[in-house]
Amino acid sequence: MAAVLVRTEHITPTQTIMGADAYNKMFTLHGAMMVFLFIIPGIPAALGNFVLPLMVGAKDVAFPRLNLTSWYLWIIGAVFAVASLLVGGFDTGWTFYTPYSTTTPFKGVIPIATGAFILGFSSIFTGLNFIVTIHKLRAPGMGWFQMPLFLWALYATAIIQILATPVLGITLLLLIVERALGVGIFDPALGGDPILFQHFFWFYSHPAVYIMIVPAMGVISELISVFSRKHIFSYRFIAYSSIAIAVFGFLVWGHHMFTSGQSSLMNMIFSALTFSVAIPSAIKAFNWVATMYKGCISLKTPMLYALSFLFLFAIGGLTGLFLGSLTTNVHLHDTYFVVAHFHYVMFGGTVIAFLGGLHYWWPKMTGKMYSDRQGQIACFLIFIGFNLTFFTQFIMGTHGMPRRYFKYSEQFTTLHVLSTVGTYVLLVGFLLVAYYLIDSLVRGPKAPSNPWGGASLEWQTTSPPPVENFSQPPIVGDPYDYGDLVYDPEIRGYRKLIKTGAA
Amino acid sequence: MEAETTQSHTSSEHNPHLAHHFGSLTQQFDSGKLGMWLFLATEILLFGGLFCAYSVYRANHPEIFIYAHQYLSKFWGALNTCVLLFSSFTMAWGVRCAQLGRQRGLVVCLALTLLCGFVFLGVKYVEYKEKWQHGLLWGKYYSPVHHHDDSHEAASGEGPAPQEGHPAVASAVAQSMTPTVVLTTDAGVVVERSKILPAPTGPGGLASLSAGRESHGDEPRNVQLFFSVYFLMTGLHGVHVIVGLACIGWILRRAVRGDFGPGYFTPVDLVGLYWHLVDLIWIYLFPLLYLIH
Ligand code: HEM
Ligand SMILES: [Cu+2]
Repeated sequence: MAAVLVRTEHITPTQTIMGADAYNKMFTLHGAMMVFLFIIPGIPAALGNFVLPLMVGAKDVAFPRLNLTSWYLWIIGAVFAVASLLVGGFDTGWTFYTPYSTTTPFKGVIPIATGAFILGFSSIFTGLNFIVTIHKLRAPGMGWFQMPLFLWALYATAIIQILATPVLGITLLLLIVERALGVGIFDPALGGDPILFQHFFWFYSHPAVYIMIVPAMGVISELISVFSRKHIFSYRFIAYSSIAIAVFGFLVWGHHMFTSGQSSLMNMIFSALTFSVAIPSAIKAFNWVATMYKGCISLKTPMLYALSFLFLFAIGGLTGLFLGSLTTNVHLHDTYFVVAHFHYVMFGGTVIAFLGGLHYWWPKMTGKMYSDRQGQIACFLIFIGFNLTFFTQFIMGTHGMPRRYFKYSEQFTTLHVLSTVGTYVLLVGFLLVAYYLIDSLVRGPKAPSNPWGGASLEWQTTSPPPVENFSQPPIVGDPYDYGDLVYDPEIRGYRKLIKTGAA
Repeated sequence: MEAETTQSHTSSEHNPHLAHHFGSLTQQFDSGKLGMWLFLATEILLFGGLFCAYSVYRANHPEIFIYAHQYLSKFWGALNTCVLLFSSFTMAWGVRCAQLGRQRGLVVCLALTLLCGFVFLGVKYVEYKEKWQHGLLWGKYYSPVHHHDDSHEAASGEGPAPQEGHPAVASAVAQSMTPTVVLTTDAGVVVERSKILPAPTGPGGLASLSAGRESHGDEPRNVQLFFSVYFLMTGLHGVHVIVGLACIGWILRRAVRGDFGPGYFTPVDLVGLYWHLVDLIWIYLFPLLYLIH
């Protein structure tokens, strides 16, 4: 919503529909809301909470009440975010850099920081719940290496959530008391050090980008294997690379601060570490492609999203490397190139994977099938719209269009208009998704237990699952072995091949 | 346990403390314990941010810490350390009592722990009040009363002006007129500034070189930083003590009701863990803030 307004403003080089203040508030709101309210909790909380207990073959997550608390906290956090608008908004950007954020006249900073603080707790509780569930509640017979890769991804994510989010918590807490009471820890006028804020912030926020992307990668691992009807290629490498990303992700935060005045030795170290974090991501991409190789690929809607993901994430990740090397960074920092980079990874990565996962598990969650045709069209629209919107921004970035400006010089007009048109295409795609998903609830045909032929445990129970998830204990096997699943047109889904024993 | 209609548990007799989605009490206990440890890890990281800020400022400006820590009372700090240590002891004993099913012992131990917690808060109150009266506050509100420095009347005009009609500042100023008020700390010791090395410029510490509050007398610049750190750290710790007390109060009530025994003592165990962490953090805070050389 806010995003569409921001882009519309950019149809003409000067003021179109709003002033500079409104623009500043708008992109800040968009950034903070998207990151803290949707992208971070999106896959773990929305899909993970449903799928995780099914995949481990448990009746529920380990702490259902904690889970509920985390949901309420999310709502409270959202309320604070809205409240921040009502009291006057805020224009600090989603990063809340001090000392600007402690001195800006807009009154919304404290509410939004409080909101983000509360959302942080929600995120921590989700992660805690996942770790304990995976450790303690796996079905009898399921070892660590019989788990679907989505669980490995959620596990890695949960580790990051638990280890990084508290640091964001204390940072925001300090920001709040600083603004409310004038503590001065980050305020140079009182002897404090504003750069410390940036370190704290990115110590959380770089790992946070992996909170966003690692579960997305997990979803993709499932989709690619199921829709290629082929065992995932080198299971262990994918599993370990999730953990590797979680660990390396903690060591690279300084790449957001190359231009902040930190020493060049530190810059060099952070740059080198940034490159190393790309290795596990590349391992995964390689394994996905290898899985598809000679597979029997069916282009159902979820698979289309998975393929879009591969394409977009490759671009996003590679441009991350441009930004991670020092010389190019100095040129590209705070330009549209950065904006395009993180949209390719956050939107092209996380949101696309979320949509893919949503389409994959939708029949399991709701017990209804949606129209695959409409799904494919929507996916196509979103793919085109997205590229139109953000690829143009790469070009503008390299030509020097700075981010967070509401006016721009004439030379960028064509590209800006194209980018805005892309946004509208994107919007249409989303409306279509919303339409047919809601429609499926009302009129969709009943979903079979196993519409796609998945071999992980969630497909062994009915769609939607009963209250305690499984009416009889699930049989644990290799989650990527599709050999004994056959399509049965009568139930319009897959079922286990019944061995006649006469062999 | 609303959903418990279809499934019959494998365990022979139905235990009211066993939630429906766990197979056995052991599994439930282990899960709870793992969850608590993870939670404690997040708590440590939460404080970790503050410890990190502490080390950055102390490394960059040791003179501030050496000068300002003298306004803290070692006596009260040491007393509180002992009180908390003792409370950890009673807590651990309480857990043991629960395991052995000694009902009375458990209640007594929990009550003692609760009492210690309140003593700690009481002492903290005394300390805070004293700081407040002398204007030794955080950041913007730092406006010390220099009792041993005659030129302070002129100096107090500098720096951030105290809030208009701030009752504490007003009373502190009023008290400073009367010679009977002397800081009850070791503040009389004059710091030999020559012994303190000049601060190196830290990463990104450039801004703080030229900015900040002026110094006067034997006082280094930016002393308010120490008090910001002091109030933040002890304040956050205090909040944790209060939460801990609420939890202990809750399990005390359940203990009186007779909920716990050798078969089920998870909450006592978990609250105990939490309380030990709160204690442990104080063990670090005390030397870091009070015992600086
Ligand atoms: C191959 C892996 C990646 C590398 C090497 C990388 C590198 C970088 C670098 C160097 C910057 C700083 C640019 C600047 O401000 O000058 C940056 C910014 C950013 N990256 Fe990445 N990145 C990677 C993956 C990701 C992923 C997976 C996400 C999220 C899902 C992400 C989200 C962001 C965001 C949000 C920013 C901008 C922050 C801001 O200034 O507001 N990145 N990235
Ligand atoms: Cu980063």
